[in-house]
Amino acid sequence: MRKMQKWMGIALAAIAAVSVLSGCSRRANMSGTVTTDGSTSMEKVIGALGEAFQNENNGVAFTYNPTGSGSGITAVREGRCDIGLSSRSLKDEEKNGGLTETILALDGIAVIVHPDNPVSDLDVDTIAKLYTGEITNWRDAGGNDAPVVLIGREAGSGTRDGFESITGTSEKCQYRQELTSTGDVVTAVAQNPDAIGYASLANLSDNVKALTVGGVAPTEDTVKDGSYVIQRPFVLVTKADAKLSGAAQAFFDFATSADAAPLIAKAGAVAVH
Amino acid sequence: MIRKRQQLVETIIHGIFLLLGLVTVGCVLLITVYLILSGIPALRQVGLVPFLLGDTWESTAKEPSFGILPFVLTSVYGTAGAIFFGVPVGFFAAVYLAKMAPARIKATVESAVSLLAGIPSVVYGLVGMLILVPGIRTLFRVPDGASLLAAIVVLAIMILPSIIKVSVTALEAVPQEYEDASLALGATPVETYFRVSAPAAKSGIAAAVVLGVGRAIGEAMAVMMVSGNVPNMPALFQSVRFLTTAVASEMAYSSGLQRQALFSIALVLYLFILLINAALNFFLKRNKEGG
Amino acid sequence: MENNSISTGRKAYIALMKGLCLLSAAVTCGIALFLIGYVLFKGVPSITWELLSTRPSYLAGTIGILPDILNTVYLIIATLLIVLPLGVGAAIYLTEYAQNKRLAAVIEYAAETLSGIPSIIFGLAGMLLFANTFGSCLLAGALTLVIMNLPTVMRTAQESLKTVPAGYREGAFGLGAGKWRVVRTVVLPGCVDGVVTGCVLSAGRILGESAALLFTAGLAHTLNGFFASLASPGAALTVALYLYAKEPGPGGAEASFAIAAILMALTLGINLIAILAGRYFKRRSAL
Repeated sequence: MRKMQKWMGIALAAIAAVSVLSGCSRRANMSGTVTTDGSTSMEKVIGALGEAFQNENNGVAFTYNPTGSGSGITAVREGRCDIGLSSRSLKDEEKNGGLTETILALDGIAVIVHPDNPVSDLDVDTIAKLYTGEITNWRDAGGNDAPVVLIGREAGSGTRDGFESITGTSEKCQYRQELTSTGDVVTAVAQNPDAIGYASLANLSDNVKALTVGGVAPTEDTVKDGSYVIQRPFVLVTKADAKLSGAAQAFFDFATSADAAPLIAKAGAVAVH
Repeated sequence: MIRKRQQLVETIIHGIFLLLGLVTVGCVLLITVYLILSGIPALRQVGLVPFLLGDTWESTAKEPSFGILPFVLTSVYGTAGAIFFGVPVGFFAAVYLAKMAPARIKATVESAVSLLAGIPSVVYGLVGMLILVPGIRTLFRVPDGASLLAAIVVLAIMILPSIIKVSVTALEAVPQEYEDASLALGATPVETYFRVSAPAAKSGIAAAVVLGVGRAIGEAMAVMMVSGNVPNMPALFQSVRFLTTAVASEMAYSSGLQRQALFSIALVLYLFILLINAALNFFLKRNKEGG
Repeated sequence: MENNSISTGRKAYIALMKGLCLLSAAVTCGIALFLIGYVLFKGVPSITWELLSTRPSYLAGTIGILPDILNTVYLIIATLLIVLPLGVGAAIYLTEYAQNKRLAAVIEYAAETLSGIPSIIFGLAGMLLFANTFGSCLLAGALTLVIMNLPTVMRTAQESLKTVPAGYREGAFGLGAGKWRVVRTVVLPGCVDGVVTGCVLSAGRILGESAALLFTAGLAHTLNGFFASLASPGAALTVALYLYAKEPGPGGAEASFAIAAILMALTLGINLIAILAGRYFKRRSAL
């Protein structure tokens, strides 16, 4: 029993030491917290912006909670975070509910296939036909004689929303797999030579092949000038009637300034400011 | 005077411990009440029969439909499949461990089994996605391997540790005299294990099966990654969605009626679990009473 | 000799059953070894000091899991600090105080029920009860884990309380000690082994838990002190593994397997501690 008390003591001392140490490492010149909550697709962009912002303002605690666009929007409305992150435009009812959107960046949605798939270009129309099940064999889209395996995201995902609304396939997609993250989609496509999927350009890896759409490859330039059509906005969501705290406003200004553009580009998205 | 004070202290302390004891009951009640309260609104709006027996789930469509029959059936089939593969392997492995294995091998296999139990479900999902799903695709020549079958295999592996552990305990608790008597009557050791020990431990083994059912029906993270996750009616090579994965996959993005409907699914799942628990309790009690 | 006296049918039966047993044990072992080997093979090469000692940097594009390790440690500590008094108290009530058999049965049944609830349901309940009331943070996660681990701690404490000889208590009562004094001086010290076992088992379960934390404890990788962490969202190791596996940037896939390998090593360590603690207490009680 006494031994246990001793150990407890040591453990508590260790915790106290860790708390004090990590508390000390922050030099304060601007204090406060910035809490952001929302889209998982915006992870890299917001992560990079938050880190750069914190490096310049040591006293500010910046948190990003990647929960999903819907959750982020709800969190702002209920006042549980300063800035919500959404990878789709706000719906009208959300705007009427007292929220404002500020477009931070644009993101291309790449259409991906297995590297062994001979198809390397499709137009939007063919992509729509593939996803609605009008074309079920790669032969009819310029590929091998093999069934098309459609891979997409779960209902409610910002990526799915963007993809389906641009290709005009809302509620008509005949998915074989509905996965819950970019990583899962990429993995699933990389494991199946007959698969086709879509994923945020910012999160692509090289074990899948991104198709050109109507001859246009998804790059920063083509997304920015709009020639690559399958794209969606990254949006900062704030309350229309309430003012942000000092620190949160400073972050908002920083994120929408020209200084932030190279960071956003490095994270794979296209800055609009 | 001192006596009285002491009595008061005793009463207070008794009360404190009573409260601590009741915390468990409070937790169960709280969970139950909260799940019922959040599950009811969507049930009211959709209607119990269309909700439970509807075969289309289109939660985000303009005219959404919330039928969870595909999820219920998938959970039932998936669990049955996992039991079909997992229980025989688990049972025979338990007999081996409890009765035949030399002490060294037994210790090694048992620690391997507890490691199996300690692997986080996400890892099962990840490995399943990288090995099992492509494997099923090539082996059965289907367009895509993410299917009910893949989920069944993953679940069967995941329930193995609980089935083995509980069965081993039950088999080891069989009185030595039973086995001695059987051996003395001329039965060989192997015959004794299967015709005397196993029947004597049957409530314990039944409890192991029920525990496995509970584990399988409640697993979310791993099956979400290998089952394809499309709300189809279940078929072996079809992409399917379970009760658990229906909740887990849409919760993050959900809102309004969709979110409420997800809570209703959780309520249905919870009721399943309560039923299974009641069954488990029944078998365990019978086992204790030496049935 | 014995073999000659039994029929071919029986021999076949014996051989078949024995074969099935061996095969099943081998299959189980094979699966376990394969999974362990696969994860270690993919994960160990990516475990570096840098991975363990830094936090992730989006600017530099590096991944570090120090915040996730600390979050896991904080979660384990916070959960155990809360669940121990609750679980041990409940166990003491059941073994020492409860006279009402009905009530005791109800408590036992509640514990049974709790231990059968899958983690996704705990996650949802935790979200409704805690995260929706005071925001998702480590404390909300810890409270969810408390409910989850309550039956384990209660059960192990109860088992070890039962091993405290009734004679000790009677002796103390005979010397005129009040009930509380007996509990404090005789019964509680006697259940230390059960409490330690309960802690080890709970720590193991917390270590491997992801579904219950996903909706309650949040997903951020922020480096914080103990108390600041409890109040802010943070990802434990399993959740970080989930996140890196789901949204792999550069190095994400490697990091997720590295975390898996670390978790596996920790699980193995905890199993060993449980076995050693069991032996230690057995030896001590034999003295």
